[in-house]
Amino acid sequence: MQIYLPIAEVSVNAFVLLGLGGIVGLLSGLFGVGGGFLITPLLFFIGIPPTVAVATGANQVVASSVSGVLAQLKRKAVDIPMGIVLLIGGLIGSAAGIWVFNLLTKLGQIDLAVQLSYVVFLGSIGLLMLQESLRAMRRAKTGAKPGKRHQHNWVHKLPFKVKFRASGLYISVIPPALVGMVVGVLAAIMGVGGGFIMVPAMIYLLGMPTKVVIGTSLFQILFVSAFTTLMHAITNQSVDVMLALLLIVGGVIGAQIGSQLGGRLKAEQLRSLLALLVILVAFKLGLDLLIRPAELFSLHVGGGA
Amino acid sequence: MSGRYLPAALIALALAWPATAQQATTEQPNEPELITAPPEEVVAGLSQDNIGITTSFDGSAILIYGAVKRDAPEPTGHLGVIVTLEGPSGAVTIRHKTREMGIWVNTSSVGVASAPTYYAVASSAPLAEILDPAQDVIQRISIPLALRSFAGPIEVEDARPFTEAMLRIREAENLYQLDEGAVHLVEDTLFRADFTLPANLTEGDYKTRIFLTRDGQVVDQYRAAIYVRRVGLERWLYMLSQNYAAIYGLMSLALAVIAGWAAAEAFKFLRR
Repeated sequence: MQIYLPIAEVSVNAFVLLGLGGIVGLLSGLFGVGGGFLITPLLFFIGIPPTVAVATGANQVVASSVSGVLAQLKRKAVDIPMGIVLLIGGLIGSAAGIWVFNLLTKLGQIDLAVQLSYVVFLGSIGLLMLQESLRAMRRAKTGAKPGKRHQHNWVHKLPFKVKFRASGLYISVIPPALVGMVVGVLAAIMGVGGGFIMVPAMIYLLGMPTKVVIGTSLFQILFVSAFTTLMHAITNQSVDVMLALLLIVGGVIGAQIGSQLGGRLKAEQLRSLLALLVILVAFKLGLDLLIRPAELFSLHVGGGA
Repeated sequence: MSGRYLPAALIALALAWPATAQQATTEQPNEPELITAPPEEVVAGLSQDNIGITTSFDGSAILIYGAVKRDAPEPTGHLGVIVTLEGPSGAVTIRHKTREMGIWVNTSSVGVASAPTYYAVASSAPLAEILDPAQDVIQRISIPLALRSFAGPIEVEDARPFTEAMLRIREAENLYQLDEGAVHLVEDTLFRADFTLPANLTEGDYKTRIFLTRDGQVVDQYRAAIYVRRVGLERWLYMLSQNYAAIYGLMSLALAVIAGWAAAEAFKFLRR
């Protein structure tokens, strides 16, 4: 069934969009990632203009995070004070990121910037996560005791310490705010929720327990992507509500299934699966940069060379 | 054949033709523009002069049909009919990638101030046979001439590879089409041309031009417009997004939140 999208000005198959939304929703519920790092490139692939894909992807992430957050709240797996600290950093970062995004678009280097940051961030984080989860799995097999979760390091010497009860942490608000900010910048530039960076940062940098990490990151992603959607709608009218609706219908169903499955899988298995997926996307994008493109020229509607 | 009966005759012609086109409708053909009577005139009509982009829009077929009207015996010389259909124009930036430090990067660009989003040319014979190159330049008929001026100073040594690439890319996407022989000319009098408009159509006025040539010289031409507009829900959403961006953005968010919440509730209900 073909459907004409009013903002994107293209006609696409509605079932393809439902399916895309479903897959991304499943990942969202399963791993606590927004899924933007998959949906944005997938939308490019089916011929949606890049600006519309980025903005509408953000709107879709809002919907899948709402259902994800609700499911996590039910399981009391959201550290709300921590989420708010991450969120404040995220909003600042997102505003800065949108400024950088517009600058790079004008220079004609946004595609390169997006691809490079995908390769660098996804690649290194994916490898780190894979290494860590493989080690954890080996430990579980040999029956050795896992090492101490969070060591006392420089993170614990900073001021403005706050007690985060749900995470069982007593740390400064500066590191989580910085994590949120970095995620916000990347979210705006790469057109993603940023969960794939936040989840490992929360585990390895902040030392948060895995059980609250997914819910809390979804909480931050929900509000940051809502802010991003609104910014895109107001500044460049690139949110396609028809496209979003189809992605959302597929996505919310996928998110619920994913969150059910996530409760059943072991945390180590979950992390190694996510790591593999992240590495795969990074590898594909890296390859695209190295291989000579079939068409060396590209067209961009609008002036400003 | 007097001018008064010609429109009716044309409709009959369009309907009776062994149609490959889907939509030979009974709409009134557009009246020809008044030109100081040359020996030969084009009279023509469009199968539709209004295209509404609805939610289920997936492209449209346009039939352009007409006849050559003569008050005197047919002049000598090779007769040709060329039909063009041109979508709204916009600025385009063409970028070129080169390999820098192992990766492919956009390094140079050329701006085109105005290029049509859609441009199709159909003719009764190869353009080289029925159109004089000088006439082509005056009337801007063939595809490369559809590109207008460059925007701003040109930073590259040779802009030709850029414009060639633009034509190549748009031709590959069927946005620019040259179909020599697509105009069916019968008895040097009646003609018809079918155009297929793509699904990713840009809203705006589509200009139709019909050229009548004798030995490569344009002897008469006819112009008409096809209005392509979003209608219904498509139009409402588009206008809202343009004129009330904040409301549109909040509506998109509300929709997302409600859908997310409803799904969570529905699954809770199902699990009981």
